[in-house]
Order: sequence, then structure tokens, then C-alpha cells
Amino acid sequence: MAPILEVRNLVKLYPRVTAVDGVSFEVEEGRCFGLLGPNGAGKTTTVEVMEGILPASSGEVRYRGAPIGRQFRSEAGILFQKTALQDFLTVRQTLSLFRGLYPQGYDIDELLQLCSLQKLADRDNRKLSGGQQQRLLLAVALVNDPAILFLDEPTTGFDPQARRNFWKLIESVKARRRTIILTTHYMEEAQRLCDEIAIMDRGRIIARGAPRQLLAEHFADVLIELPRDDFPASARDLPLRVIEGADRVEITTNDLDGTLKTLLGAHVPLRNLRIRPPNLEDLFLELTGKELRP
Amino acid sequence: MIRRLFALWHARNLEFLRDRGSLIFTLLLPLALVVGMSFVFGGPERAVFKIAVLTDDLGSVHHPFMSERFVDFIPIDDLAAATRKVARHQLDLLIDPQPGGTRYWVNTDSPKGYVAERLLLQADPGAVRQPVSGDAVRYVDWLFPGILGMNMMFSCLFGVGYVVLRYRKNGFLKRLNATPITAFEFLTAQVLSRLGLILVVTTILYVGVGFVIGFHSAGSPALLLAIATLGALSLIALGLTIAARFSSDELVGGLLNTLTWPMMLLSGVWFSLEGSPEWVRFVARLFPLTHILDAARAVTLDGAGVTAIAPHLVYLAVTTLVFLAFGAWSFKWRTD
Repeated sequence: MAPILEVRNLVKLYPRVTAVDGVSFEVEEGRCFGLLGPNGAGKTTTVEVMEGILPASSGEVRYRGAPIGRQFRSEAGILFQKTALQDFLTVRQTLSLFRGLYPQGYDIDELLQLCSLQKLADRDNRKLSGGQQQRLLLAVALVNDPAILFLDEPTTGFDPQARRNFWKLIESVKARRRTIILTTHYMEEAQRLCDEIAIMDRGRIIARGAPRQLLAEHFADVLIELPRDDFPASARDLPLRVIEGADRVEITTNDLDGTLKTLLGAHVPLRNLRIRPPNLEDLFLELTGKELRP
Repeated sequence: MIRRLFALWHARNLEFLRDRGSLIFTLLLPLALVVGMSFVFGGPERAVFKIAVLTDDLGSVHHPFMSERFVDFIPIDDLAAATRKVARHQLDLLIDPQPGGTRYWVNTDSPKGYVAERLLLQADPGAVRQPVSGDAVRYVDWLFPGILGMNMMFSCLFGVGYVVLRYRKNGFLKRLNATPITAFEFLTAQVLSRLGLILVVTTILYVGVGFVIGFHSAGSPALLLAIATLGALSLIALGLTIAARFSSDELVGGLLNTLTWPMMLLSGVWFSLEGSPEWVRFVARLFPLTHILDAARAVTLDGAGVTAIAPHLVYLAVTTLVFLAFGAWSFKWRTD
């Protein structure tokens, strides 16, 4: 099947910095594609070039085989990291405004229901909480029933409950076979929503694939996590696969019993030890030597 | 396209009407003008006649006419200025009481001048009339279109310029850029929304102040509406052009001020540019406000028809299109 979106050798230069440095990938229709990376990795710039908001310095983005143009703007839905809406409009009027800009799309009541906004329909959009505001912005992004939906760090600043509610909303969009491009620095979010991810660092993609496949490629079955202070310098010479974080040390292994015996033999205190399956956060640390979250 | 335009136009109108501060200001300013002008030009305690006496000390003049009641005697020592005021109907009569006989000047087109002249001749049958040329124009009738035009200019330039700037700075324009709307459609919706507002406010002012000061247009009100419409379009489009690219409050504010002050001084809001150097008049002719005021005064004072003011209307229409096209071409949706 032809990809819905193709990015080829994308470069975005600013006077003093190369924000995106030769990025290529394609996204198949109906998939959720995640762009992961720390702040400043180039995710938002990449996505804004893909959305046609920023011009590329070189390279190209193609939507359904053609350069980004009118068809794309009519069929795409976008949730920016920061968006202000027109003042003094209610939730319903805001949606009516955007609905009026597209030839096709949802009925306003349907949209209010989809994004759980029915009870807030007549409220001034400036008097919404952070989570409510983001649901309204998602509804604005969905107003034209988009074939492709861009979500740029959609849950940053949410409390855990609001984040889970938002994920459920996205999953309902996904269930309707819409293509989603998601940027996030929450690994849990990517793991739950994305079919495929690309990890970005310093403007480049450093790993790409399905989350499970990437984890299987880079890690053994389990991960042992220890506070850094509990891990003496002498233990670094042990025959273990160690990944060092800022305040913790991670050991990946297929032989849990053997590794624990080795650690005990080296007098490493194990009272603060945690054993868990590896996640994307560990993968990022492994690939870049950096913690993902600032 | 019409559908997208309507959506934006409607939303902008709602935003404006609910922004109480702006709404109150927009209505209060004209109201303050109405009240101010009624104080200056109205009021029951006003003397019935204004008569200038050619002297620098009114107390030293003894003339039988000066015992009349309801007459405001004003000392004035510049004969040329005084006769001009008589011609402009700012004075009803000018007298020069000399020991050898009184001279006086009157505008023969003025009813009040006629009555004042009768009174004078009653008191001093030997007074001799001097000729005064000039048309019967009250200063307030001359000023009134200028005040309306100035109010329009500020509302068009600042009202539109700062709204677009705010939209750009807070990212609302960036969000619109992600929709199928074009820059031209966005700008046109802003123009139409502000145009409706301006016409309503200007009509309120025209009717309200006109009633208070007893203003009568010699020409067609429909023609005045056409001038207001084309003039507002040109000024709004100019405001949009200024705000099309920039993201800095200071820069846009500075540019708008740079435009509004010369327009206010040179377009003939307060005084006529007759007699000014040619280059000043050339610069003034570039400003849309000059054409608005020249056309409006031609209609209200001289009763000019559409043919007489056609060049002004064409200039306003052409500048509207030029400003809008330039604005759409140079338009930026986002901050740098």
C-alpha cells in the first residue's frame, strides 16, 4: 500500500542551528506514528514542516504522492503544542468557526459528544481548565473529520487522570482507521498509542520501528534498576550489560538469577533494587546516553 | 470561499461585540464628541449675535450700538482675519467705530448678519457698509466631516492593525493557516467585519452630532454613505497592510502613529491646506483621508454630485485593492 505521507531528506536550517538534519520516513494510512525525543530534538520543527506551516530548507514532504497543498490542508487535522483561540467565543461557536472553514466534517453536536464537551458547549473558551481546553483543541483538529491527524505533545502538563482520558479519545480516533502523527516525550504515551515510532535526537532519527521490535532488538528480557549511589565503582568491572542514567543504573539480562548472584558476590546492596520489563525510556537512555524527560 | 469568509466574519463580530471594553470605548468616543461639540456649539446661554469690534481695547469704545442686549462684542485688531471670519459666518458683523463715521462689514448671505445690520443702522444711521466676499460656511459645518473622518481613521487603522497583530502573536493565525483559508479570505473577512462596525458608528455620529449642531448636508446622504464605505475600506486595508507582516507591538504601533499623525495634520481635518506649499499638498493628496474629506465636504457644503467627486471615489477604490493585494502578498501567518 502506498504511504499516506512521505518525508524525504528533510533539512531545516536556522541561522545558528540545524534543527532537522536529513530526516526520512513514511507513514502508512491508518497507523499511529510517533516521533519521540527530548526537548529540542527537532520533533516540533519536523512536524511543522510536515504540516506545511514551516518551509523546509531542503528535502520534501508528500501527501498521497503529491506535495503538500490545498488537498492536504483540507484533509489534515492539527493540534499544535500551543494554540490560542479567538477570544469571547463559546466552545460551540469556536467549533462552528472552524467547521465553516472546511467543506466536509462532523456535525457540531457529534463532535461535542466525541470529545466529551457537551456540558461545556456554551462556556467561554477562555474559562476552560487545561484538560478541557485541550479537548476543545482536539475537537477543533477533528472538525473536518481528518484523514491524517497531527498531535504535537498533546498531553504535556496534564495530570495522570486527564492524560488517560485523553488517550482514550485518541484511541477512539485510531479505531476509525485515521492516520495519526504524534510527538511526545512521554514514553508511556508512545508505547500505548503508537504502531511505529522514530526516536529523534539532535535533528536526526536514531532508531525507527514498532515499539516492541525496538525493545527486543536492544534489550534482554528484564531490566534491573538500582540507585546510582548503591552501585560502587568496583562493580563496573563486573561482566554485566550496564546502562548508566543520571541517578540510576540499569542492567539488562536474560539470566536474572545469575545476575543477582553476581551483584551479591560484589557486595552491591540490593534493598532498593527494582526488576521490570524494559520500556522506551530505557531505550532512549541506551541510544543517546540521556534521560528523555528534562 | 463565501462560507469560509462568513465563518470568520461572524466570529470576529461576536468577539468584538462581547469585548465590552472595546465596545464601550467605540461607543463612548463618539458620545464624548457629541457632548463636547454640543458644549462648544450649542447651549441656551449663548449670545444671539457675535459682533466684532475693530479695536484692541473694547472698554475705550463708546458707540450707541454697544448698549444692545444679547449681543456678544468681541475685540479684534486684525482686519483681514476679521473679514474672513465674517465671510465664514464665524462672526455676524464687524464694526469699526471711527470718530469720523462707522464702517461695517457683513456677509449679505447671512440671515443673522442681516438682522444685526438692521440693529446697527437703527443705532447709527450713518454707518457705511464695506464689501465682504465669501460663501456662507459655518466653521462647524466645515469641521464636522473632518471629525468623522478622523474618528474613522483611528478606528480603521488601530482597530484592525492591533487585532491582526494579536492574532499573530498568540498563534491564532498559525492555527488558521493549518486550514484551507487563504490570506486574502482572512483579510477580506476582517475588512468586512470592521467596515460594518465603522458604518454603524459613523452613522450614529452623523445623525447624533448633526442633530445637536444643526448640521445639514447640501448633497445626497447616499453619496456620503458611498464615500464613508469606500474611505473606510481604503483605511482598513491600509491598517491590514501595516499589520500584515510584523509581530512587534512597538513597530506596528510606531508605523500606525507615523501614518495617523501626518494624516490628521495634512488631510484637512482641522484646517484647510489652501496656501500651503505644493509639496505639502502633494503629500496630502496621497492620503486616503484627504480624499475622504475633500469628497465629503464637496457633498455637504457645495452639494456636489457623483461626477464631481468621482476622482476621489476612484482613488479610494484603487488604493483599497492595492493595499489588500499588497497585504495578502506580504502576509505572514506566524511570528518569526
